[in-house]
Amino acid sequence: MSGEQAEGVAISDAVAVERTLAGEREAYRVLVERHSQYVYRLAYRMTGKKEDAEEVVQEAFLRAYQKLEQFAGNANFATWVYRIAANYAIDRLRQRKNEDARREQPQRVAEGEPEPDPLSEVKDRAPSPERLAGSAQLAARMKEALDTLTPAERTAIVMRHWDGCGIEEIAAVLKSNTSAAKNTVFRAVQKLRSALKPFVDARGAARAVGTES
Amino acid sequence: MKHATEEELFRYRQGDAKGRETTAAHLQECGECRAELAKLEEVFSALDAIPVPEPGEDYGTRVWRQIAPRLPEKRARWWEPLFMPRRLVVAGVMAALLAIAFLAGQWSKTGNPGIGDVADAVKVRERVLVVAVGEHLGKSEMVLVELSNVQPASGQRLINIAAEQKRAEYLVEENRLYRQTALEGGDKAMASTLDELERVLLDVANSPEEVTPAQFESIQKRIAEHGILLKVRVVRQELRTAETGRKSQPAQTDSTAKERNKV
Repeated sequence: MSGEQAEGVAISDAVAVERTLAGEREAYRVLVERHSQYVYRLAYRMTGKKEDAEEVVQEAFLRAYQKLEQFAGNANFATWVYRIAANYAIDRLRQRKNEDARREQPQRVAEGEPEPDPLSEVKDRAPSPERLAGSAQLAARMKEALDTLTPAERTAIVMRHWDGCGIEEIAAVLKSNTSAAKNTVFRAVQKLRSALKPFVDARGAARAVGTES
Repeated sequence: MKHATEEELFRYRQGDAKGRETTAAHLQECGECRAELAKLEEVFSALDAIPVPEPGEDYGTRVWRQIAPRLPEKRARWWEPLFMPRRLVVAGVMAALLAIAFLAGQWSKTGNPGIGDVADAVKVRERVLVVAVGEHLGKSEMVLVELSNVQPASGQRLINIAAEQKRAEYLVEENRLYRQTALEGGDKAMASTLDELERVLLDVANSPEEVTPAQFESIQKRIAEHGILLKVRVVRQELRTAETGRKSQPAQTDSTAKERNKV
């Protein structure tokens, strides 16, 4: 039986937080069960991997529990835990990039190759528009393109596009100012556009002349 | 013709106000830039093509099972009870009343106070009370409005009013202190309004945390039949006017205050 079923009736997030702080650990279960899916969607889009996303979700709720005393009662718990998850996910992405770089660097140095621009790698691998016709292919291509973004760019585009976050909120997670956050979102879009150029140009042209909705 | 840059188109698409009108006007005339905007739009459409695997309906329960053993007990620290909302309220009200008593007492200890000193002390006392009671009425109004606006869903067995009930509990204590102060200060009209408010707040505070739709309807009726929300609003408005016009207007008389109880 879930926490909410056990309660018989839904309690508000504010009451669940208050009860958790009063030592009623089961009250936290309500918050976890209520918001896990929402946090998972963010985590998956940021990490691109199911296992990593699940780890982010668990860590976000653990951290939120540990910091619950700092949670302002009039704030929205969902937004708060979302931000904790985004912060953890961006750290996780940076860590992953560093690990990948360490693994690849010795090989390249040994081979005497210059470090490639991730964007150019995407362009080189760009298939023709025909190959991108299927949405599964498009999704796979976009996933690859997202992987070439820096952790900050990926975070910015995920928060902005899918979750409709404001620039201030994005800036807070990126620990930058609003102007820099706006530029980060723009850079992310530019890179994605370049990566998907053949497809985007063909479809965009069709959309512009009204042959496709 | 100068075309819009990619960044301008992006900002336009994002709803950025900066340069929006210029870009919009340009897009009206320029097919090339419209095509560029359409290409940009495709990037966002392509983002939506990425599916997110469904973690399953029981995902929340699974997350809970995984993290529950790792959650430490939260124990209330020795000083926490002192900071419980209700005690804070009482402490706050007591502090305000003490400040009023102290300020009002200052002139009487000075021996032969002038008329100006007496007037100043009274003004300070009034101002502190006006602000404190105004805030109290604002908080009370919020609770009553929230309760009045809830529409139970059809088939809903129970309505949880735990949050409102808790707030009503400490508002009752706060209200009691202000009502006594108003009585001691001779403001019978204010005391009467606070008395009516207290009864409604008590009803809410004494209700169970979860009520049936019938019980809930009865609470809403009690709020409505006394017209207490309107009275609270009128008094708050009077207090606001008194606060803003404090220096220029004469003090409110008991007879003008009585008018509000006719509402």
